[in-house]
Amino acid sequence: MPIEIPTLNFIALAPPLIVIGTALLVLLFDLAVTDKRVLGYLGLVGVVIAAGVSIAMGPRPATTFQAMAISDGYALFFNLVFLATAGLSILIAIDYLERHDLQRGEYYALLLFSASGMMLMAAATDLIVVFLGLEIMSVALYILAGFNWRQLASAEAAMKYFILGAFASAFFLYGAALTYGATGTTNLNQIGLWLSGGNSDPMALVGLGLLLAGFAFKVAAVPFQWWTPDVYQGAPTSVTAFMSVGAKGAGFAALIRVLRSGFGDSAYSADWALAAAVLAVLTMTFGNLAALPQKDVKRMLGYSSIAHAGYILVGVAAASESGVRGVLFYLLAYAFMNVGAFAVASALERRGEFSTTQRDYAGLSQREPLLAVAMTVFMLSLTGMPPLVGFWGKLFVFRAAVEAGMSWLAIVGVINSAVSAFYYLGVVVQMYMRAPAEYSPRLVGEESDAKKPAAVNLEVAIGTAVLLAMLLTVVLGLWPGPVASLVTMMPLG
Amino acid sequence: MTAVPTSWFLLLSAILFVIGAGGVLLRRNVLIMLMSVEMMMNAVNLTFIALSRHLSSLTGQIFVFMVMAVAAVEVAVGLAILIELNRLRATTDVDDVSSLKG
Amino acid sequence: MIIQSIWLAIAFPLAGLLFNGLLGRRLGRGVVGIVGPGTVALAFVVGLFAGLDLLALPAQDRAIVVTLWNWISVGSFRAGMSLLADPLSVLMVLVVTGVGFLIHVYSIGYMEHEEDRLYARFFTFLNLFIVSMLILVLADNYLLMYVGWELVGVCSYLLIGFWFRRGDDPQDPVRLKDGELVPVPANLNPADSGKKAFIVNRVGDFGFALGVFLIWTTFGTLNFADVFGAAPEIASGTVTVITLLLFVGAVGKSAQLPLYVWLPDAMAGPTPVSALIHAATMVTAGVYMVARSHALYALAPTTSLVVALVGVITALYAATIALVQTDLKRVLAYSTISQLGYMFLAVGVGAYASGMFHLTTHAFFKALLFLAAGSVMHALGDVIDIRRMGGLRQKMPRTYWTFVIGALALAGFPLTSGFFSKDEILAKAFEFSPILWALGLLTALLTGFYTFRALFVAFWGSARDQELFDHAHESPGVMTWPLILLAGLALFGGILGLPQILGVDHALAGWLHPAFADLEGEGAEAIHHGLSAGLEWGLLGLSSVIALLGIGLAYWFYVANPGWPADLAVRFKSVFKLLVNKYYVDDLYDLLFVDPGKALARFCAQGIDNAAIDGIIDGGARLIVQGGAWLGRLQTGFIRHYALAMFLGVIVVVAYFFLR
Repeated sequence: MPIEIPTLNFIALAPPLIVIGTALLVLLFDLAVTDKRVLGYLGLVGVVIAAGVSIAMGPRPATTFQAMAISDGYALFFNLVFLATAGLSILIAIDYLERHDLQRGEYYALLLFSASGMMLMAAATDLIVVFLGLEIMSVALYILAGFNWRQLASAEAAMKYFILGAFASAFFLYGAALTYGATGTTNLNQIGLWLSGGNSDPMALVGLGLLLAGFAFKVAAVPFQWWTPDVYQGAPTSVTAFMSVGAKGAGFAALIRVLRSGFGDSAYSADWALAAAVLAVLTMTFGNLAALPQKDVKRMLGYSSIAHAGYILVGVAAASESGVRGVLFYLLAYAFMNVGAFAVASALERRGEFSTTQRDYAGLSQREPLLAVAMTVFMLSLTGMPPLVGFWGKLFVFRAAVEAGMSWLAIVGVINSAVSAFYYLGVVVQMYMRAPAEYSPRLVGEESDAKKPAAVNLEVAIGTAVLLAMLLTVVLGLWPGPVASLVTMMPLG
Repeated sequence: MTAVPTSWFLLLSAILFVIGAGGVLLRRNVLIMLMSVEMMMNAVNLTFIALSRHLSSLTGQIFVFMVMAVAAVEVAVGLAILIELNRLRATTDVDDVSSLKG
Repeated sequence: MIIQSIWLAIAFPLAGLLFNGLLGRRLGRGVVGIVGPGTVALAFVVGLFAGLDLLALPAQDRAIVVTLWNWISVGSFRAGMSLLADPLSVLMVLVVTGVGFLIHVYSIGYMEHEEDRLYARFFTFLNLFIVSMLILVLADNYLLMYVGWELVGVCSYLLIGFWFRRGDDPQDPVRLKDGELVPVPANLNPADSGKKAFIVNRVGDFGFALGVFLIWTTFGTLNFADVFGAAPEIASGTVTVITLLLFVGAVGKSAQLPLYVWLPDAMAGPTPVSALIHAATMVTAGVYMVARSHALYALAPTTSLVVALVGVITALYAATIALVQTDLKRVLAYSTISQLGYMFLAVGVGAYASGMFHLTTHAFFKALLFLAAGSVMHALGDVIDIRRMGGLRQKMPRTYWTFVIGALALAGFPLTSGFFSKDEILAKAFEFSPILWALGLLTALLTGFYTFRALFVAFWGSARDQELFDHAHESPGVMTWPLILLAGLALFGGILGLPQILGVDHALAGWLHPAFADLEGEGAEAIHHGLSAGLEWGLLGLSSVIALLGIGLAYWFYVANPGWPADLAVRFKSVFKLLVNKYYVDDLYDLLFVDPGKALARFCAQGIDNAAIDGIIDGGARLIVQGGAWLGRLQTGFIRHYALAMFLGVIVVVAYFFLR
């Protein structure tokens, strides 16, 4: 009996494979290279190549690995989101790690592995691959969160992220198992076929609920968001920048595909839409309210990222093509403005510390006007102020909700945006209307720096990241047309 | 000889899963929490295998292999994090790592 | 024909306004001082050529409508951005731009001590006023007229409060003049005066707006020609209400009883503003509006009587107050109110051409008087109290002689412009009712007295304040030449309307005749009929005697027997107090409207806004932040708590799907 070798279309998965290859190369070169910054730039090259290949592949769908993964416009667009995030994060990390004496080759390898996991999640059409991508991404992130091994906060962040993440993975797995049990398959399209055939099984419903919970953890939706502020605050800022967008984006990428390919054309679609809507309201309200009293900017951005998960869930709840498009646009916008904000935060971070408080931003407009302008742009964009890119993201998801007959959801979203202005603009107020803070040494052995405001560490790489993010935030805000039409050409395959 | 009905397996695995979850919720020792998570995963594995036999489908068993591999990775990473934490603070009690809050 | 381009008259000052407003600060005062007056001069030239064009037309065709564009077109509501050039509006254009040009030139000297920024702003506002006023007079419909009506009100507000920083704090920097601090006259707070002018005008404007609304509902159009054409078919009661409402607007804008209170306070503005806006042009808008709407007023005899009565009573009333004022500009302000009363008397008795005649001559001599007063202020460092002046005629001969000419015209001294125009009104009033004539004549007596009282006290005698006197100097040519030109107009402007009995044509009546042709017996012919020649000669002689008597009395009191006024004031203490306190009308208004209004505003601000609304908003914000802090406390940092919350979340989600 001849053994049939399945045709494996590796080309369809070229972008994640390139990223994985780059990660392996980084590990290899790590043995030889002494200046580890070179590894960062090597990673950057891999990211750029993967992005170029993604663009070159175009939105023509191609399934591979026996329909376990697909390379469609949707996946390719997410590739761009993740690669942009990864690229900017690498730029931040190159200088950030150097300053904090954390420069290790593994960092870049892990970051690239994590990015490949995200890309797999976006491309997955089978629960097995979704799970694998999720774990590849998460495990790398667990380690990255604890990368600042001298700080207890970093270790604590890693520990919390790990235990809660594994806990959530277990629920996700159980959901996958029950869905498999009900439908007899783990392939999303076949699940969809089975459900649209009029079949129904309470086991599938419970499975759907558990899957939803697993994704909700990754995107930091209430009530699965608890880890977010703690981990964001404790992890190295360059890592927070990466996972705030990457993990959230990957969670949404897989969530939307599971919901729409698997459970979209079923009797359950109204149920999960309503569940997503409720989650959206809870999530954005919790995130915004809890962010209000925060003094630590990283922690504030952690809560704000919960709020943004809520806004994106509005697009998911719309359960429509335009909702998906809104989510795509929103995540790309979020990649630039949020990573940019973290880039500024990491530039302001003092050596030996792991976070910045609002006071560190006082009078920044006088010390570093360019950095202050950039931060203002990011804060305003995160608020949703036109004509910055964040405004369009919000507009598209809210409009999708209105079109789907969920005007109330859009109204709640707008009110929440107004509340969020309070804490975002608080940073701007600090930068422009407060005098620079006297530096009070918070660490032993730093007395020599006493009475000086927090040093600004704007090196070349991190400066490039800030500048790029700001430029894209402004340019895509003023001229959202190309991206808006790009997302319409990127349907789910 | 009549086979054990699938539902029994499912019930057993559900019980195991809940016990595992209870372990995570109730115990404070990081190691035991880690083991409880493993127990939850293995409960899921049991579910998969039972369903695989019930449906005469191999997919479930493949999934189990993947879960086992991932679980091994998780344990490795988890223990590494635990060691790092232990170096900074000589404890295995999760309640001792609660400096990040508010 | 340039009359088809009558919009140029608006466009030139508008260009100057934009130029000075946008670039004036950077280009410096030289350029500003050329652009401001220059554009107004161009507008004057346009008006002049438009007038010549009108003369070339047959009399019945002298009304050109120039539609620029269709401004508003909603349903059946249509208002064209269209201008009407007829003898009446062109006369106003010439008065506004002619006098306006001279005042602009004068301002170059008067405002020379201002900073560049304020200098440019001043000329910007002046040009804005010219533009607004031209819109008002050239409008061919009530809506556009209302736009101009409101715009001139805004300009008035802006220019009265031009020195809005003055008087904030008596001790505080006021204005640097030659590097010195200048004290503010205590009773003139520019910012408050501007507000007062604006608010009092709003009362009148409200009436005017209601009138326009009623015109719309009655006629279905706001176009002058259409409204006037349809007016005879409308019930006379409706027309009476419309005209009364429009007159309420005129009362506010032209400072008649009971809404005159803002004009004396408006003297807080720079003196060229007082001359241009508060003497020559804006305040006459009410008279113009009544004259423009003569077709309606002629159909409403009740309203016309009201207009005439308000006019003559205001004339007498303001004249009595002017008797005791010691602030030179306030004397002139009350005399303006009084003279405006004459104009309303004229239009009230149906003598529209006479009213316009007096409007024109008044623009000449009153602008002259204000500018001369401004020249005195300029010389004395903004001192305006005539009790501190004296003997200035030697120091400032040009200012003195031009002031004399203005005063003679105001007093109605024979053969000056004011003599002819006032006499014509009195003759018309006599024809209508001898009582109105008698009141007007009494006013003329008072006018002669108070005008020359101010003149004698300020310019004659010896210096009362030696330091001020030593400081005084004649103003520069850029200020005195406008005075001289205006003096010429004030002296010889009567040529425009010589009485028929002198055997010459009444030029202005002839000019205006086409505009008033629809009125029977009005215009040039009307002068022929009516009174007999003997009676007219008699009235003319009586007017002359009265004017001379007023001047003589002033001489008697203030030059021959300087002690008398004080004695009289003591003897008639109660009357004196009543006059000095302006019949307590301001206090009455304060008591009736201002104080309750302020109390209500304070209640709204503190009680409703601060306490209730802000309380709710601030409280809401605090509650939200509090909620945030409370949510933050849920974030305990313990993994167990997080895991438990997640587990409960899973149960809820699963239960929802299971139990749905």
